[in-house]
Amino acid sequence: MDFRFSDEQVMTADVVRSLLAEVCNSQDLRRLLTSGSTWDEARWKKLSELGLAGILVPEDNGGLGLAPVDLVQVAEACGYRCLPEPLVDIVGIAIPLLAAFADHPEVAPCLEQAIAGEITVAVSHPVNPYVPHASRAAAALIVRDDGLYLVAISPDMLTMQLSADPFRPLHTIARVPATRIASRDEAEAPLRQTLDRGALFTAAQLLGMAQGCVDLAVGYAKERQQFGRPIGSYQAIKHHLASVQVKIEFARPVVYAAAADLPHDDVYSRARISQAKLAASEAADLAAHAAIQIYGAMGYSWEVDVHLYLKRIIALTQAWGGPSFHRERVAARVFEKPLGPETTFARETDRA
Amino acid sequence: MDLIYTEEQNAFRREVRSWLEAHVPRQPLPSFDASREGFEAHRQWERVLNEGRWGMVTWPQRYGGRSLDLIQWLIFEEEYYRAGAPLRVNQNGIFLLGPTLMEYGTPEQKSRFLPKMASGDEIWAQAWSEPQAGSDLAAVRASATRIGEEYVLRGHKIWSSRAVFADWAFGLFRSDPGSERHKGLSLIFFPLNAPGVRIQPIPQIDGETGFAEIFLDDVRVPAFNRLGAEGEGWSICMATAGFERGLMLRSPARFQVTARRLVELFMGCGTDADPAIRAAVLKAWMDAEAYALSIYSTASRLAAGGQIGAEASTNKIFWSEMDIAMHKTALSLLGARAELSRHSPDAVEAGRWLDGYFFSLAGPIYAGSNEIQRNIIAERMLGLPRV
Repeated sequence: MDFRFSDEQVMTADVVRSLLAEVCNSQDLRRLLTSGSTWDEARWKKLSELGLAGILVPEDNGGLGLAPVDLVQVAEACGYRCLPEPLVDIVGIAIPLLAAFADHPEVAPCLEQAIAGEITVAVSHPVNPYVPHASRAAAALIVRDDGLYLVAISPDMLTMQLSADPFRPLHTIARVPATRIASRDEAEAPLRQTLDRGALFTAAQLLGMAQGCVDLAVGYAKERQQFGRPIGSYQAIKHHLASVQVKIEFARPVVYAAAADLPHDDVYSRARISQAKLAASEAADLAAHAAIQIYGAMGYSWEVDVHLYLKRIIALTQAWGGPSFHRERVAARVFEKPLGPETTFARETDRA
Repeated sequence: MDLIYTEEQNAFRREVRSWLEAHVPRQPLPSFDASREGFEAHRQWERVLNEGRWGMVTWPQRYGGRSLDLIQWLIFEEEYYRAGAPLRVNQNGIFLLGPTLMEYGTPEQKSRFLPKMASGDEIWAQAWSEPQAGSDLAAVRASATRIGEEYVLRGHKIWSSRAVFADWAFGLFRSDPGSERHKGLSLIFFPLNAPGVRIQPIPQIDGETGFAEIFLDDVRVPAFNRLGAEGEGWSICMATAGFERGLMLRSPARFQVTARRLVELFMGCGTDADPAIRAAVLKAWMDAEAYALSIYSTASRLAAGGQIGAEASTNKIFWSEMDIAMHKTALSLLGARAELSRHSPDAVEAGRWLDGYFFSLAGPIYAGSNEIQRNIIAERMLGLPRV
């Protein structure tokens, strides 16, 4: 029992944090916003050079063979900076799903190119009717009633939807002829794990976004003067922010434990992942509200970055299952499995 | 990150479980705050624990402990609450003063006080607050005047938990008469039966006498009873408070058992429950788990040589607010029976949920009010300006 990250995991997250501080700060977001684009190719190149694409892919399939716990803090760091490009979706969700069918002749080259950073891949899953960043992807994995399909994306099969998040292009994908790479039965377990990875890494991003909102608001509260003092010296402001920080502090270990638990792929790990999604969504929602309130009228303006976080938080709260969906997965564990202090880490198979 | 217990940890859990199964009293003990009889029954239980060397498992063996680590302490606590064992009447001693004594005490002080604390022969009360020094603890006025090898204590302490029946108290006194605020304070122990000590019980919200006023009228104690250097009382108190709020005061298992009882209550009420209540029940379980995960994370960090920081404050806010929410949810489930007090014929579980709700309302107040904790988080974690 050791609830700490390894030195390598800490280092990986630090590398990503420093890169993002350099290439994904407020000025970078503003520049992209002004350009009307949703993808900064120069930044994406630098992110690709980190070599994270194959992090969750088994070594036999050309990946690093690492686990969700190795990526969870990276996802948190991406959320913290409100990173526009879907690094987390691609590396944490799409590529591992491709890798589950690495032996399929049409998947193998696609996987190879994705790991090499040459292409991006989108996932169309029934819980997410609108697929983000599909227009930039070379291929999509599409879940249909009778199995999992792979399709090369062309513009004519995409119908655009407009997200309030200016960095989140959404599309629905038309039902075009595609290659079935797995039957419903064959796809069942990989898709279940995909949903878990989706929920987990979305939770980690939300956790980072919550801290991002708090830190923005803290920065403003230290500067902004009213009644001759920084507003951050007033308890009304302090207590808002402290309450959010408490939410964050108690969502974080849940997200980390969910990452460690994910490979178990059982009712316990699913409940922990869902708990993480709920806790992180709640923290992020509260953080965005607090930040807007503390910024005052500025918070309701286009000028400060809080609205970028708010809109992403609205999107991610529903992505990979919204609160009602995840509450039911928690209920399946709470109402059907043993409860109590001795059950936090123990599973039925290894319980003392 | 490894979230699986080792075989040794599982074996330890089995050992704790079987000892508790053999020793935990079959009938719940009467409250230690309501009567001398209940207090002494709890003292007796402390003696039983100590005889099995289960009184304080993290303490060194020479003081009656087992020198175990914090993960083993958490496992012990999980089994303790799972077994429904009695609340710890000496929590002021074993959880608060004990760790502080171990850090700041002289070898002579440790040998004098720790073994009797562990055995339950000396049960401790806390004497910090005064009528004019609550959240503003640095405003204490009670004085300790040094005369030769003795201190003479004068003043008025209040809200002292366990003081009605306890044997000793540790208090914060102004030892430098010209000092102000955090300076010139000393932490001094005094026997509650010493000449010049008068105890005035204060009935609590539930009518029981859990806390008291302490009037000190020229109470003479040896200088040996001062913990740490003269004038260093404030920083020692803050170390105690850090430990109190941080880890030991409320172990996660307590809330996990409450959450389990709440789920059982919910399931016993049938399936046509209000969806809002169902969501609150699920939230209770999730919050108790989140608290446990957070404490395991802190314990892992401390085991690797880390220090407890502002999470002492985040923990205190989280558990105290969670405790209220869980009890309120239970009262919603009980409906018309929510108001039935413990001796009422129709009372559910002898009114435990109502009693627990009353007690939960004290949580955001004692051990440093949640407002003070929020200030600490804002200033020390987030770096917001003090004034």
